[in-house]
Amino acid sequence: MPFEWFVSLRFLKEGRMQTLLIFVGVAFGVAVMVFVGALIDGLQASLIRQTLSAQPHVIVRAPEQDARDVSDRGADPVAARLEKSSKRTRTLDQWQVAKDIIDNVAGVIASSPTVAGSAFASKGSVSRSVALRGVDTDSYVRIIPIDEKLKAGAFRLVGNEAVVGTELAKDLGLQVGDKLRIVSTEGRDDVFTVTGLFDLGNKDLNQRWLFVSMRSAQTLLDLPARASTIEVKVSDVFAAEQISVEVAARTGLEADSWMKLNAQLLVALKSQSSSSYMIQFFVMLAVTLGIASVLVVSVVQKSKEIGILKATGTTTRSITKIFLIQGGIVGVVGSLLGSGIGTGLSLLFASMAKNPDGSATFPVDLGPQRFALAIGVATVIGVIAAVAPARRAASLDPAKVIRYG
Amino acid sequence: MAEVLLQLDRVVKSYGDRVITEVVHGIDVEIARGEFAAVIGPSGSGKSTVLNLMGLLDRPTSGRVIVRGTDTTGLDDLALTRFRGRSIGFVFQFHHLLPAFTALENVLLPMWSDRGRVTLQDRDRARMLLDRIGLTPQMNNLATELSGGQQQRVAIARALAMRPAIVLADEPTGNLDTQTADQIFALLREFGREEGSAMVIVTHDPRLAARCDRVVELVDGRIVSDEGREGD
Repeated sequence: MPFEWFVSLRFLKEGRMQTLLIFVGVAFGVAVMVFVGALIDGLQASLIRQTLSAQPHVIVRAPEQDARDVSDRGADPVAARLEKSSKRTRTLDQWQVAKDIIDNVAGVIASSPTVAGSAFASKGSVSRSVALRGVDTDSYVRIIPIDEKLKAGAFRLVGNEAVVGTELAKDLGLQVGDKLRIVSTEGRDDVFTVTGLFDLGNKDLNQRWLFVSMRSAQTLLDLPARASTIEVKVSDVFAAEQISVEVAARTGLEADSWMKLNAQLLVALKSQSSSSYMIQFFVMLAVTLGIASVLVVSVVQKSKEIGILKATGTTTRSITKIFLIQGGIVGVVGSLLGSGIGTGLSLLFASMAKNPDGSATFPVDLGPQRFALAIGVATVIGVIAAVAPARRAASLDPAKVIRYG
Repeated sequence: MAEVLLQLDRVVKSYGDRVITEVVHGIDVEIARGEFAAVIGPSGSGKSTVLNLMGLLDRPTSGRVIVRGTDTTGLDDLALTRFRGRSIGFVFQFHHLLPAFTALENVLLPMWSDRGRVTLQDRDRARMLLDRIGLTPQMNNLATELSGGQQQRVAIARALAMRPAIVLADEPTGNLDTQTADQIFALLREFGREEGSAMVIVTHDPRLAARCDRVVELVDGRIVSDEGREGD
């Protein structure tokens, strides 16, 4: 074994109680780091997952069209006030062309056209207003996996078939196989057969969304061959904003990312992350000071031994190394222990509170990168904390410490 | 005359920045191979300073310290430390073994630190030395588990590990009973002869000094007598 490693290990072993205390100190610091990080990241990932479970990453729609002032007023206005026209329903007539362009944008993994509009769904004398969504089931499930969120039946929309949310089904007393009437705001209506009931984990959506085939929606909403939006899924959810800009530039259409549509959520997540980093920073700062103070005490206690080592030919560089290695060992061992404690704490916390569906109320993210980071940070901190004690040890005058201690 | 292993050439040592106190006033000493010398003197005579200068633990304010023909004044700190480890062996009054290390590890230390790793030859050398001091059965005992006499014997073995030119012993028997002190003294003599090192014992015990071949007496940082020098 290299000399410096051997001496470092022996010094730590000799320190026993001191070594144990500092290991425990680092372990708890790292445990807090792992636990807080796992909890915050787990919660955030879960929030984002929930948000995106019923929302596409990017929505592409036709740009706003304002009424143009066509009067040639020249320098003198001919009208005192220009009445704003109400917005026209924005739809995409060449959606297939746009879809092809979107599919070729880097980072896009799926896209699906949607025909959307308002309608009323009724059974017997009960009627509810709904958000009618005409989709192509094959492409749509790649954006929002409705097929995985079914409570009954199948996500099948052939001819006059409809899939409704569990809340709407409850309101209208619908079951798979039942008929319901859909009346659009354009006054068109038809009768549909319920083929499936979905639960998106959101009461409002379960009450409002009603899926029919694209063709049925186009007929009901009087939008022949048109689509209202193209919904896009991307590989990296946090690249959605960038991709939406690219999509808008290439298609000339309007593209909004989920990040833009949920700006408040992202601000909340960011401030949550900041406070989590602050906690972790101060905990690790305390750990650093703890390691440094224990090593300083160790240098004082071992000054005679350091003097002997120097007298017998151990160089200043080797002495420095001996203490830096001790700091590193404290960091590694402490962080391994801390990773174990942090994992235990996280799992305990996650198992304590459960949602009705059995998933954890406080999900934790315990990926390997978290431990690699904790061990890396603790080791670097250990070595940094050892710099001052190591310098002090290296500067000891052997003649003095051997004689006077 | 035997080869000169250590030479102090007009060595002056003073301390302090504003108020300068000179404690060694230009001394000249030569120690030759195989010599067994004592440096004596009352407290405050500069014995310890001279020992530190001879042992390259301290640098002279002026003058030269030459070891095995190398003028050490020009060496930087790193080179000086390495040179010290290879040329000088120390035996301190209070044994000063590393308590967390075994007897064998203590003897191995200078070789280990010099080479970074322990070679098979180093191990053999340490074992041989421990065998010579009669501590083979205790070689795996921690230093703290040994008696005072045993610890001092291990310190002698450690001092000799690197086959140094000079072994400097600072009151090597000061802390021991008469019988053990005699054994330690005999061992130093024996080793000096066998290994061809020069032995310099710093002591204020005239009884111990009287048994050395040469006695250098220091008073107030000056050599006042040097008896029994080879060639006298």
